Amino acid sequence: MIAMAALQGFDSLMSGDTVVAQNIAFGILAVVMIVAALRMVTTGNVVHAALYLVIVLAGVAGIFILLGAEFVGVTQVLVYIGAIVVLFLFGIMLTRGALGEDEEADTEKRRMAVLVGVLVLVVTGGAVLDSFGDAAVNRAAPSLTAEIGDTIFSQYIVPFEAVSVLLLAALIGAIVVARKD
Amino acid sequence: MVIAADPLLLGPIGLEVFLIILIKVVASFVLLMVSVMLMVWFERKLISDMQNRIGPDVAGPWGILQTLADGIKLFFKEDLIPENADRPVFKLAPYLSLVPAFLVFAIVPIGGDFRTGDGTVGWFGHRTFLQVADPPMGILLFLALSSVAVYGVMLAGWSSGSKYPLLGSVRASAQMISYEAALGLAIATVFLTGGSLSTHEIVSSQSNWNWNVATTGVVPFLIFLVAGTAELNRPPFDLVEAEQELVGGFHTEYSSIRFALFFLAEFMNVITMSAIAVTLFLGGPDGPILVEQVAWIWPILWFSLKLLAFLFSFVWLRATLPRIRYDQLMDLGWKVLIPLALGWFLLIAALNVGRDRGWSPVPVVLVSVAVLWAGAAMLGGAVRKARAERRAIELGSDEVLDAGDGA
Repeated sequence: MIAMAALQGFDSLMSGDTVVAQNIAFGILAVVMIVAALRMVTTGNVVHAALYLVIVLAGVAGIFILLGAEFVGVTQVLVYIGAIVVLFLFGIMLTRGALGEDEEADTEKRRMAVLVGVLVLVVTGGAVLDSFGDAAVNRAAPSLTAEIGDTIFSQYIVPFEAVSVLLLAALIGAIVVARKD
Repeated sequence: MVIAADPLLLGPIGLEVFLIILIKVVASFVLLMVSVMLMVWFERKLISDMQNRIGPDVAGPWGILQTLADGIKLFFKEDLIPENADRPVFKLAPYLSLVPAFLVFAIVPIGGDFRTGDGTVGWFGHRTFLQVADPPMGILLFLALSSVAVYGVMLAGWSSGSKYPLLGSVRASAQMISYEAALGLAIATVFLTGGSLSTHEIVSSQSNWNWNVATTGVVPFLIFLVAGTAELNRPPFDLVEAEQELVGGFHTEYSSIRFALFFLAEFMNVITMSAIAVTLFLGGPDGPILVEQVAWIWPILWFSLKLLAFLFSFVWLRATLPRIRYDQLMDLGWKVLIPLALGWFLLIAALNVGRDRGWSPVPVVLVSVAVLWAGAAMLGGAVRKARAERRAIELGSDEVLDAGDGA
């Protein structure tokens, strides 16, 4: 009898409103991300800071997937975790081999960093609130990769190409700066 | 919210469906573990045959239990952590390379009739795919996970607090990042012909011998194989663990079960990379159904046979080819594979556009090749001119210096 009741309870849980489950998942992700973000700026070890950054970025990817934007979520992992932070780590490993705490990480620049961080938060947060406000994401219709591709290459083709050229210029610029001759 | 197109998940999700998913997860885990165990034995035995030795032959019939014996031995060995190591990261690294290896296998369809049916099989009155998950961005997940796998290698070397592992991991991560680009571009041509990122869709677009190895024109397949071998750090691209130069590479300081985890991840990556190659280019489980009574078994059998062919060639490569030099490795990746893959991708894209517009393929190919060749020639000319100018400047400055010395 108890087993039967448990099974029924389980069924209703699984077929019930998925929004509740999504909210719980969001709560867990948010807490993990906040803790990791705080540890990232307080730890004295540069490599550990990069790894905490990975946790924060993975949390962002998780939130994208929760909202049905799987393509953006996977791209987040591919670009930020798989390329950008790997590059950070690569730079750290090649330039300073020593393990352990890094005294240089804790300097007077900290105050300036806090200021910049708060400014970025206010600007981006303000922009997001201003453009979206209380609008809800349509969870019933997940964004499809094909749709994203179509919009990028039709409606947003000019910004897309502009960003591509900008990235290419940055790439060539980096090579020119890095070359000795 | 549609998480996947698997018919199992479209209806109400009750206990039965949950149990089927659980069975699939456990089955794929067990299957992968057993295949890794057999793969290690297979590789040692085959290498021994190729080198005219006997190889493992004590544990079990034909030494088939050798891996199990080694695993048990490693499990009971003392777990050493070097004094200079960064302990939490040192402990984390083996899992970072093992977990992505496991997860990739979840998106590989290992069976199901794609010729007459829609690739589903009936289980306890439910229709389902023979793969753990079929996310819409499927193969991108493979690319994302293989870029996460770099962390395991990188952090293992760094956290050991010793020179050789650090050098090994710098080499390994540079190699894996470089070849990921060529790998991704080779896979992108498959997206163009298959029209989807989902592994299930890619496989079903290849049913009835319509395999991507032919429809994308062999070149992406070859690029995928070379880049995949480099991504796996397998011979001839195993500079990561070049014993003569680096002792043991990134895992020099690892012992006991932590070393075993790296070993497991390496062989698991060989199996999943082969499975992805079969899925992308060789039609996955596609093949003729020879005996109608046991129709369900043929796709699984074909898939296993194709997988085995890849595994055999990986071992064969290891037994045959000498290790290449590091500059050769980088030249091959950046100067040959990436431009070739990009050019081929553009060619296939041009052919696709031509097909939509109803153009004849022959002029499309000729014009594309001419444009690509012109682009490559311009780039090559620019590189040569820049090099000549640099040399001229160097010679000029040397002459100035010589003159200065003379005076």
